[in-house]
Order: sequence, then structure tokens, then C-alpha cells
Amino acid sequence: MSKALDLITRVRGVRGAMLVSAEDGLIVAEQLMEGIKGGAVAALAASLAGRLRRAMEAAGTGTSVFWHLQAEQGALLVVPGGDAADGILVVAVAEPDVNIGLVRLELLRAAETVV
Amino acid sequence: MSPQTRAVENWTLQPLTDFVREASARLVLVLTPSGQVLAQSGFSRAVDVMSAAALAAAIVASTSELARQLRQAPFAALSHQGPKTGFFLSTFMTERGTLAVLAVYDLDVSSLGLVQLFYEQLAAELKSATPRGAVPKQVLAADFERELTDSLNTLFGR
Repeated sequence: MSKALDLITRVRGVRGAMLVSAEDGLIVAEQLMEGIKGGAVAALAASLAGRLRRAMEAAGTGTSVFWHLQAEQGALLVVPGGDAADGILVVAVAEPDVNIGLVRLELLRAAETVV
Repeated sequence: MSPQTRAVENWTLQPLTDFVREASARLVLVLTPSGQVLAQSGFSRAVDVMSAAALAAAIVASTSELARQLRQAPFAALSHQGPKTGFFLSTFMTERGTLAVLAVYDLDVSSLGLVQLFYEQLAAELKSATPRGAVPKQVLAADFERELTDSLNTLFGR
């Protein structure tokens, strides 16, 4: 788990990475820079993931594989775990100008190797 | 203010209203460890408030005693999650002594992480809103029924 998070946090502009229980919104594993409120980010990510999943099911678009929330002072990037890591969200907290594509790649890799 | 949120002690009302909205909790009680309810949200029947308060007080008492026997500090919080619903019970200290919060939440609209997150805010707001120098009122056996009826009337807006 820590190796998967390590690869994400090595990307320039990433301020932290976490594995979050999608059902509980609790942190399973984390590598965060000081000052990031991991508990709050985890609760937010799980809450959004749950609502997004239900909305996407209702819209008939299938399940999400990656989502990106851009805020004024940062970005939240999330990949729901695949079949092997069902119920786990791989979450990155990043600077607003981070290389989204690179972080996405590392999140997808982490989601495959996490379990 | 949510029409279903009511308080016996007014200083608990705003923090509780905020908590219910932010954590999307279905039912919430703010009570003393002896089971005296200070505020409630989401309950529609007095009998439900009475049983939930009595059960929550019993859980606080039994887990505190277990912790004492294990020579540990009292447990910070207790969480139980079923397939659709979860409950969260925790205590914190105020100037008026220990208070407990019981929150029931539906898993399709909330989560333990959200409830824990906003519970910390609720506890901090209740601590700072506690009337300074206030002493917990002792309820005597002779007055118990009247006090209980008055509290329930207030909690249900009668």
C-alpha cells in the first residue's frame, strides 16, 4: 500500500495520497504533507463518490473510473478501486497546476496494485 | 432551523442544527450520561427519544465501566454499522460536565467519516457555547416525572 502511495506522491505538485474506504469515508492508508486535513478530504471524497455513483447509475452512464475536482487552491483526483480493490478510493490531493494526466496514470496504477 | 430539531437548552440548538445539516444525520440526541436529553433532531415520538436516551446512557455507562476495569481512559467513541444504517455515540467534556451525542445516519446519504468530521465541530461548538459557570441541574426523584414531561413537551414543541 505504501509503495502505491509513494509513486503517486512522487509526482511533482502532489501534496498527498490516500486510500479511503468508500463506504465509511475513513482513511485506510495515507501519505500526506503537513497541513492537509486527511480526515476531511477522505470524508469529502467518499461522500462525493457515493453521490456520483448513484447519479451515474441513474443516468445510465456506468461507473466512474476517474474524477477530478478542481478548486481555487488545489485539486482532488480520485480513482475508485477496481474489482480487486472494490470499496477503496485512491485519492490524490494536488496543487492546482499539477500534471493531471501523470497523476491519473499513477492513480490508475495504484488502484490495480493496491490489494 | 430544521423544524424537526428542538432543544430543551437553547445554546445547543444552533450547533445541533448545523451538525444535522452538514453530516446528513437522520436522528441525533444530545444528552447527559444519565440520559437527560438536552436536544434532539429527527425524532417524531417521545417514546423513541426516551428509549434512545436510556439505551445511549446505558452504553456510555457500560463502556466507561469496561474501560475503568481495563484501567484505560474512557472510550472516545463507539460506532456500529449495519447494511443501511449506522450509529455513532461519543462523549466530550464541557463546563457542565460530560455530554454525549448519539447520531443515526443512513449509509446512502452519509458516512462514518462525515459524521466523525462534523461531530468534532459539534463538540467544539457545544463546548464554547456552554453557559459559563453553569452548574448541572440536579433532578430530584420527586420532580422527575414533571421534569421529564416538561423536557419532552419542549423537545416536541407542545
